[in-house]
Amino acid sequence: MVRAADGAPEVNAWVVIRPDDTVVIRIARSEMGQGTLTGLAQLVAEELECDWSKVTTEYPTPGQSVARKRAWGDFSTGGSRGIRTSQDYVRKGGATAREMLIQAAANEWKVPATECKVSNGVITHTASGKTTTYGKVAEAAAKLEPPADVKLKDPKDWTIAGKGLKRLDTVDKTTGKMIYGIDVKLPGMLNAAIKDCPVFGGKVKSFDEAKISGMKGVKKVMPVGDSAVAVVADTWWHAKTALDALPIVWDEGDNAKVSSETIAKWLAEGLDNAQPAYVGNQNGDAKAAIASAAKKVEAVYSYPYQNHATMEPMNATVLYTPDKCEVWCGTQNGEAAFAAALEASGLPAEKVDVHKLMLGGGFGRRGMTDYVRQAVAIAKQMPGTPVKLLWSREEDMQHGKYHPVTQCKLTGAFDADNNLVALHYRLSGQSILFSVRPEALQNGMDPAAFQGVAQSGEAAIGYSVPNLLVEHSMRNPHVPPGFWRGVNVNHNAIYMECFMDELALAAGQDPLEFRRKLMGKHPKHLAVLNAVAEKIGWGTPAPQGVYRGIAQVMGYGSYVAGAAEISVTDGSKIKVHRIVASTDPGYVVNPAQVERQIAGSFVYGLSALFYGGCTVKDGRIEQTNFDTYNSMRINEMPKVEAVMVPSGGFWGGVGEPTIGVAAPAVLNAYFAATGKRIRSFPLRNQNISFA
Amino acid sequence: MANLKVNGKTTTVDVEDDTPLLWAIRENVGLTGTKYGCGIAQCGACTVHVDGVAMRSCGVTVGEVAGKDITTIEGLAAGGVMHKVQLAWIASDVPQCGYCQSGMIMAVAALLKENPKPSDDDINDAITNICRCGTFQQVREAIHAAANA
Repeated sequence: MVRAADGAPEVNAWVVIRPDDTVVIRIARSEMGQGTLTGLAQLVAEELECDWSKVTTEYPTPGQSVARKRAWGDFSTGGSRGIRTSQDYVRKGGATAREMLIQAAANEWKVPATECKVSNGVITHTASGKTTTYGKVAEAAAKLEPPADVKLKDPKDWTIAGKGLKRLDTVDKTTGKMIYGIDVKLPGMLNAAIKDCPVFGGKVKSFDEAKISGMKGVKKVMPVGDSAVAVVADTWWHAKTALDALPIVWDEGDNAKVSSETIAKWLAEGLDNAQPAYVGNQNGDAKAAIASAAKKVEAVYSYPYQNHATMEPMNATVLYTPDKCEVWCGTQNGEAAFAAALEASGLPAEKVDVHKLMLGGGFGRRGMTDYVRQAVAIAKQMPGTPVKLLWSREEDMQHGKYHPVTQCKLTGAFDADNNLVALHYRLSGQSILFSVRPEALQNGMDPAAFQGVAQSGEAAIGYSVPNLLVEHSMRNPHVPPGFWRGVNVNHNAIYMECFMDELALAAGQDPLEFRRKLMGKHPKHLAVLNAVAEKIGWGTPAPQGVYRGIAQVMGYGSYVAGAAEISVTDGSKIKVHRIVASTDPGYVVNPAQVERQIAGSFVYGLSALFYGGCTVKDGRIEQTNFDTYNSMRINEMPKVEAVMVPSGGFWGGVGEPTIGVAAPAVLNAYFAATGKRIRSFPLRNQNISFA
Repeated sequence: MANLKVNGKTTTVDVEDDTPLLWAIRENVGLTGTKYGCGIAQCGACTVHVDGVAMRSCGVTVGEVAGKDITTIEGLAAGGVMHKVQLAWIASDVPQCGYCQSGMIMAVAALLKENPKPSDDDINDAITNICRCGTFQQVREAIHAAANA
């Protein structure tokens, strides 16, 4: 039998029960604000039939998991997968533990387990009325063989899962006690500030250490890889001050010639049909149908780079000795951080571990491990001394893993009766997988590029068009891309949903009615669209001066739609009054958290739409802080109304999908208000702002 | 060297006078509830009270606040009793990642001291902290709840 660090018996990998009846639920996925920690605990507790008020959680380390043949499975917390791809085995973990605990009580009482029942962690032998608690039988239960098979509850019988329970991590977040990666303190710890070559792909040519080595608190100045320099000092403020004073000569390389203009020109060439492209979705013959159509509509859209700009800048703390490399950091993927530490330290798996801490935001950024590698490389140059590496906000803004840049030419064609007969959706731009996960490319094609417009799967298009061609001319600038909340759904939903409105206009039809006609074979997409239309009052008059826009998309296995109400002053000042959002994620584990994720996704998506956009000049990102890469404040927040319509039978994600509908719903409402169609973003470049 | 009076306790910190208060609080006094977000007084994650007024501690130097009463999130609860803003935050389950919330709570506590029943417009004017998770709807709800507590 296995014991937890405090000696309490582990009933199985997911459930530890202390003698005082405290239930410790192990969570492998990372909490970064999205509520997954609480949601996963609810799923385990539901099957376990324990007392929710006695539940606490802990993270197993990736090192422990590797040592136990990946007892906790995948640690990856991206792609809105935290709950949907682990719900099955964590619920089984809870149910298995419940059966073992009941069996242990039955054994003690020498009665069949079938004569016992459990509620809130109290086991009762019905016939004799004997009772005991989980805490009393956990020790015996942990020694039993787990049952081969357990039956999971029907979600309609849930009493803990499915409820809008309070988060388990709120109190410490209101008192300053919650420890994030940036807050780690170790005895004798030093602090590092880092500067990587501002031009991606560039290198350090030289740095003049003598200029700063006498500065207060400075302990060491060191190269990190071939592209960065770090200063290690007693405090981070001293390290940063010295680093700012350090003369560094960069070898910027050819990438220094790249700018947003050169990238845009290169992408625009990819919109030309003569250029090669990967076909992601097609039926019929769109090109021929367009050529012979009675009427056609064409538009070109573009969407810029975006930075994650998590509130907590990247950081990691590492203690390296030749015998052990330990990392403390916020990460969206403990196993990826572990693998990075393995590689960077050169030590074998049993001598490496990662201690996960609360993330001050993730949004995809902390699924990457660049900052972990740097921190290990620094600590390795100071064996025995723990070093905390913290990026400045400027470093964080200029060394992101950016939402990729794309353009899209859309062509729609109608017959003489204004029926849409063809749609050609031609993307040109950057592939994330090409850079991040090249092994996932399919004969060179990035299947994720078609998120939201794919033929089938978890991000399928919601429209049937007799002749459809969706293709991607891949062009990969040197700016490193990454998974940014919503990923490719963001721009694909803007392109498709704004163009749907353009097509409806050309056909002289209402945007909702026009969509509905194309959605007959997509009932789940249609159901969420109908839900928001009804709630916003589509078809009924809006308040004076208020205009509406609508949009729908599928992503991460969930069907989502949004409808916005806005007013516009002077043609350029937008007040977003209200956004109604609907989601069908199959099952809702915590409706209070789903509601917060929907509202939060709109803040993230609308911040990017209005204020975002990272531009490239001389090969580097121009925006360096929140003064040039702004974010929405409370005065710009619309009222968000969530309509949850879980239809069951599948498990979709929550954190990301709805981000796709906020921007097109607002843009379509802006067109309704002004007659102006915006096709290039952010809106600040068009002199459009929040009112 | 400077004497910082943080949460009622005076600590002598060995820093230069031009050190931002934020870093003296975090690294020298050792209280990490006050967060670094931008360093240029844009995001508000580092908000503390200086003589009862909300200030972004990254934009104030140690020299400017020596001898003044500084309150951080750790000192907001008085005599072990949570501040009404913290209680409202817990009741409304406001935080998501939580990183910006220390600063948000400190900004709101200062607002309510000055304006005990703020209107939505007052909140819009006074609360300018960035929250990338987008907790604003719950923040507004909790401000009103705290005002009515």
